[in-house]
Amino acid sequence: MAKARTSPLRSGFVHLALIIYTLIALFPVFLTVINSFKDRASIFRNPLGLPDAKSFSLVGYESVLKQGDFTLYFQNSLIVTSVSIFFVLLFGAMAAFALSEYRFRGNALTGLYLALGIMIPIRLGTVAILQGMVATGLVNTLTALILVYTAQGLPLAVFILTEFMRTVSDDLKNAGRIDGLSEYSIFFRLVLPLVRPAMATVAVFTMIPIWNDLWFPLILAPSDATKTVTLGSQVFIGQFVTNWNAVLAALTLAILPVLVLYFLFSRQLIRGITSGAVK
Amino acid sequence: MSTADYTQSDTGQDKRTRRWHILVFLLPAVIVYTAIMILPLIETLRLSLFNEVDGHSVFVGFGNFQTLFGEPRWSASFWNALRNNFVFFLIHMLVQNPIGVALAALLSVPKLRFGAFYRTALFLPTLLSFVIVGFIWKLILSPIWGVSPYLLDLVGLKSLFAPWLGRPDTALITVSLISVWQNVGIPTMLIYASMLSIPEEVLEAAECDGITGWSQFWKIKLPLILPSIGIISILTFVGNFNAFDLVYTVQGALAGPDGSTDILGTLLYRTFFGFQLQIGDKSMGATIATVMFLIILTGVCIYLFAIQRRMRRYQF
Repeated sequence: MAKARTSPLRSGFVHLALIIYTLIALFPVFLTVINSFKDRASIFRNPLGLPDAKSFSLVGYESVLKQGDFTLYFQNSLIVTSVSIFFVLLFGAMAAFALSEYRFRGNALTGLYLALGIMIPIRLGTVAILQGMVATGLVNTLTALILVYTAQGLPLAVFILTEFMRTVSDDLKNAGRIDGLSEYSIFFRLVLPLVRPAMATVAVFTMIPIWNDLWFPLILAPSDATKTVTLGSQVFIGQFVTNWNAVLAALTLAILPVLVLYFLFSRQLIRGITSGAVK
Repeated sequence: MSTADYTQSDTGQDKRTRRWHILVFLLPAVIVYTAIMILPLIETLRLSLFNEVDGHSVFVGFGNFQTLFGEPRWSASFWNALRNNFVFFLIHMLVQNPIGVALAALLSVPKLRFGAFYRTALFLPTLLSFVIVGFIWKLILSPIWGVSPYLLDLVGLKSLFAPWLGRPDTALITVSLISVWQNVGIPTMLIYASMLSIPEEVLEAAECDGITGWSQFWKIKLPLILPSIGIISILTFVGNFNAFDLVYTVQGALAGPDGSTDILGTLLYRTFFGFQLQIGDKSMGATIATVMFLIILTGVCIYLFAIQRRMRRYQF
């Protein structure tokens, strides 16, 4: 039986197809990174060549670091993303616990109400969101972005975590109750540690769209002090359209943090995605 | 069974005491979600029925919609954006999702070597921001740099090269394919997950009946992953009909050349926020957002009532 599944010809074909697509997926990134380390002439003369002693140049990075305020943008993105994820996970898990653990009137309705946001994108409310942020003086603050992203992430978080929390053994929670734990301790001390894998999944699903979002930073917080990396590189690269060294260097600098994080966490990340969808 | 007993005794016990903790657990999420998402959405729908006259907000009924559909300038750009958006969606459905299913099928081959490496590599573009993806492809497709003519030359297709992003007849397809390149990781991973969840016994039973390889995919796996394909289709639909970032990065807010890549998201941005000579118009912005809301709602309803109900869910 095992033989039927792994004939050498078939597995050769499988690998060939996967390698081709892997090349398609990685090549553009690779091309950008290698060319960012070359001088202008070599970028055009030999775009596919690796930078060597003759063509190596950091002139692009010099102009980027001189002019762009990338550390600040990076810091803004980091604050917005991590604080939003924290609130999405905390509020989402709390609501999911209430929905999965207790029977009360309106339980199903609340669940449905919170799930609406999975399908209806928050962007459609932008007109009124901007109005509200102007009215409360939150325009051009990171708080505005954090609020929006928390609201945006909650529906999916509640949905996934509710499903997951239903699988937590009732015996355990009731044992806790008999031992005199309050409902809050049961949630924080017993249930939260058990749903950590699901929390990781939710964190991933929440993180990617927040880190990459251009719409809300562009509309709610376009000031220089609150630009995120995504908006910052958009504006910055836009100014340098003809300076190829600078553009390639800026792109590489924008990719690097994602690459590093991804290679550190890719296993957990993908395991999280697949296990989350299976459960 | 013991589970049910416990839950019941639970509620019985709790009914005597007021269960404030339920409210405490629920409130933060409900408040944030309602205040930042639901109320603005309702307010936007309401705003679409009003217009500014002499600095005052005046109820105009469906007047804004009449302007949008009736006035030639508005209706031309609206229908153009809607049509482009459908093409955008269609390309995702025809290219992105089949590639996603195919990659997932390849990844789920048992005892696949380097599986973790492939999964990591395939998912990488999805993590990059639209800005990075947009600019990278803009550079690669640029006739000034010449990377793509050079690559096409390697396979003898140099004559096919054209400044695809700059020509009205090819720009939309090119942008859609860039978006496909970026997003293909999502259907791949979701389908991969649902393929992993097919129990071994089912596949073994199929093998005992002599159904292997290709026909096993078509006859056993594909029917079992249909619900996931349904979910991916509706996710693609919702994502595509509120897409904005990639077009904005690659082609700018005007979604050129000549509006050929204009989709509803970019139209909403220009209308609401203004661009260059055009002044931002809150009421018309809200009107377009409302139309987008109705389109997405229709899609979601078709999915929920027509597609999902007919799909059989298999319990293992």
